[in-house]
Amino acid sequence: MNGEARELCVEPRVTLLDALREHLDLTGTKKGCDQGTCGACTVLVDGRRVLSCLTLAVMHAGASVTTIEGVARGDALHPVQDAFVEHDAFQCGYCTPGQILCAIALLQEGRTLDDAAIREQMSGNLCRCGAYENIVAAVRAVAERTT
Amino acid sequence: MNLPLVGAAVDRADGRVKVTGAARYTADVALPNAAYAVMVTSEIARGRIASVDAVRARSLQGVLAVLSYENAPRVRAEGNDNAFALSLLQDDRVRYDREPVAVVVGESLERAHHAASLVRIAYEAQAPVTSIETSTDRYAPEEIFGHPASVTRGDPEAALSAAAIQVRRVYSTPVEHHNPMEPHATIASWDGDRLTVYDATQGITNVRKRLAAIFEIPVENVRVISSFLGGGFGGKGGVWSHVALAAMAARVVGRTVKLVLTRPQMFGSVGYRPRTIQAIALGADRDGRLSAIAHDVLSQTSVFDEFVESSGLVTKMLYAAPNVRTTHTLARVNAATPTYMRAPGEASGTFALESAMDELAYAAGIDSIELRLRNYAQTDPDDGKEFSSKHLRECYALGAEKIGWSERDVRPRSMRNGRLLLGMGMATATYPANRVSASAVVRMEADGSVVVRSGTQDLGTGSYTVYAQLAATILELPLERVRMELGDTDLPPAPLSAGSWTAASVGSAVYEAASALRDRLRKGEKAPLEARADAKAAWGGRYSTHAFGAQFARVEVDPDLGEVRVRAMIGAFAAGRILNRKTARSQYLGGMVFGIGMALHEETRFDASTGRIVNANLAGYLVPVNADVGSMEAYIVEEEDAHVNPIGVKGVGELGATGSAAAIATAVFHATGVRVRDLPITPEKLLQP
Ligand code: FES
Ligand code: FES
Repeated sequence: MNGEARELCVEPRVTLLDALREHLDLTGTKKGCDQGTCGACTVLVDGRRVLSCLTLAVMHAGASVTTIEGVARGDALHPVQDAFVEHDAFQCGYCTPGQILCAIALLQEGRTLDDAAIREQMSGNLCRCGAYENIVAAVRAVAERTT
Repeated sequence: MNLPLVGAAVDRADGRVKVTGAARYTADVALPNAAYAVMVTSEIARGRIASVDAVRARSLQGVLAVLSYENAPRVRAEGNDNAFALSLLQDDRVRYDREPVAVVVGESLERAHHAASLVRIAYEAQAPVTSIETSTDRYAPEEIFGHPASVTRGDPEAALSAAAIQVRRVYSTPVEHHNPMEPHATIASWDGDRLTVYDATQGITNVRKRLAAIFEIPVENVRVISSFLGGGFGGKGGVWSHVALAAMAARVVGRTVKLVLTRPQMFGSVGYRPRTIQAIALGADRDGRLSAIAHDVLSQTSVFDEFVESSGLVTKMLYAAPNVRTTHTLARVNAATPTYMRAPGEASGTFALESAMDELAYAAGIDSIELRLRNYAQTDPDDGKEFSSKHLRECYALGAEKIGWSERDVRPRSMRNGRLLLGMGMATATYPANRVSASAVVRMEADGSVVVRSGTQDLGTGSYTVYAQLAATILELPLERVRMELGDTDLPPAPLSAGSWTAASVGSAVYEAASALRDRLRKGEKAPLEARADAKAAWGGRYSTHAFGAQFARVEVDPDLGEVRVRAMIGAFAAGRILNRKTARSQYLGGMVFGIGMALHEETRFDASTGRIVNANLAGYLVPVNADVGSMEAYIVEEEDAHVNPIGVKGVGELGATGSAAAIATAVFHATGVRVRDLPITPEKLLQP
């Protein structure tokens, strides 16, 4: 869990999302729908994007899970986090942890070739505040800096 | 005044905690020994509860309580002029789909949910009234937010019949649900007859007053905390049933209780934008000069309470027409009580009025912008007052330039990109500049740092940032030295965050308090030192106070599939002083995205026979996603306003959500030649022959 071994005993029916939020006090991962429709609960499991509301915690014993709390290095924010602040890529911030984890994975996968690709790939993460234009700007800025 | 007209584009003060996951929204607050409450909601839209079978639910290990009307404590659920009537398990009636009918409390979230699924409720269903068209229970409300609900100026019918050009059309808008990404959540703890509540709300002061009234305890006994809000859009403005149900459950089990709504429950007891049917009649001479406007609005309310979607208010003041009628009629249906949703009235009203203006532009053969300039209201046509400021001409001009309006071939279906049809549309944006009373304390500590305190909320609007910025500017301090505290009823009281009035109201209080503190420091007083301001409500006065803007859209439509893509949106807005260029722009853009949803996607669908909602989730209720949004920009037209309030601020939260749907709808007409007057504009409506 964010680079640390964590031991946890939960009922089999506990989702990864609820395990994070209710059992590990990692509340940065948000529950927007609990139905796999909004992306707010996006985390990385072994580097891949996963909707943590749609998977059970017990299915991931031994896996490496990255949540928003594990993205910065100490005081130094991840470049995507910095870009989100700089480009005001959020308002209420509720969708933001999921957006950032999704963006980090996309950048790693090299799927951020142009704005249209970024928009398409980020479309599983709803933002009701409508920060989309700024989210694209933030992801684009990081993509340009890293390629 | 040393305040710039457009405040610096500084980053959000709460940016770091939001991008690191450290910001605790209500449901994230972990209190010791908390139990979990889950609501059970009705499966009929009208009728009675015949029986409640909670035997299996109660027998589960870890279930602490099952409350229904049979055993719930008696509390005061009735509404009044300032509060909606609630569903607090007080009787066996069911009045709408997904009405709370039971609450289950368990030791863990999973147990509570499982137990809730085991509560068996039998109903005696009655046939519900499911639409405003079929409702016979209609009436004319007397007023809307203190304005008369129906107004007639001159003789609109006579002027209409005499007009050379007449446009008479009916527009309609669907039920829409706010769907903030953060579900409603409440955590309640009692200590004797003192109640502490963490609540996802746009108005901690209102929650405090309402809970005190419901449980009949002194207001001072209730403390409400809301540090971060995951969006609201009006949906978290009312104090809804679940807030009191959480407190009721906490009292019954003698523990802290956390209650979070599920996404489907957010289509139940927490309000929505009601459906409207709006008849518009425009009368004009051959030059397009309006002689008459009539705007008759029918909208829905519940069978047990009243909410008026004030779509006609905008029509009274937007254009200089001598003869005007606006009326509002309500139809009662078996649905929950509707409520304010981002630009209530103005969003739906500008869709109808501005679409009709586009139809008039075509009927008269006049460019859409030129038509609006010919009918430009120099003073408020409703009350004859001067506008405190109005830079709408500048908005039209700037927006037209940025979207490339001059390239537009006015003929419908005349512009193409390969096989795709291109369209350009525009509409006027407007929202009133209101102000209500608010208090703030600005305090300088001995080390020279400053804290601004006000019991307001941050919905994502930038409250943590802009009031600190305002105080820092007045006190001539670096922003890092100033910090904002909000979201706690222990702080000086502030209003509901709604009506785009927070910046004007709280901002005026912070301005007055910071100015008083600065003056005392200049006189030689030493920190620690604080100043408090209780800024009064002010509506109108000698001036008519409104913000204005112009919205433009470029769309592409697939002629075979009817699929609409918004390629670009441009907004140009004049809303007085802007406290922070960056956060204001974000709010404008967010409002424009709301317009895309209204124009193309959003609609809550009701089963016509059962009155139940059939798309109560984010897979069935569509909101715009990133790929639905083309390039967007919001331009700030500088505007100095010496009259609206001490800081010349008009508010930006709702302006961007007005006119945006009409801009897209008129662009779709321009692209296709098909005029869709019933939102949302879905492919099948464009493909009809
Ligand atoms: S909470 Fe998992 S997708 Fe919405
Ligand atoms: S920032 Fe509010 S939902 Fe995205």
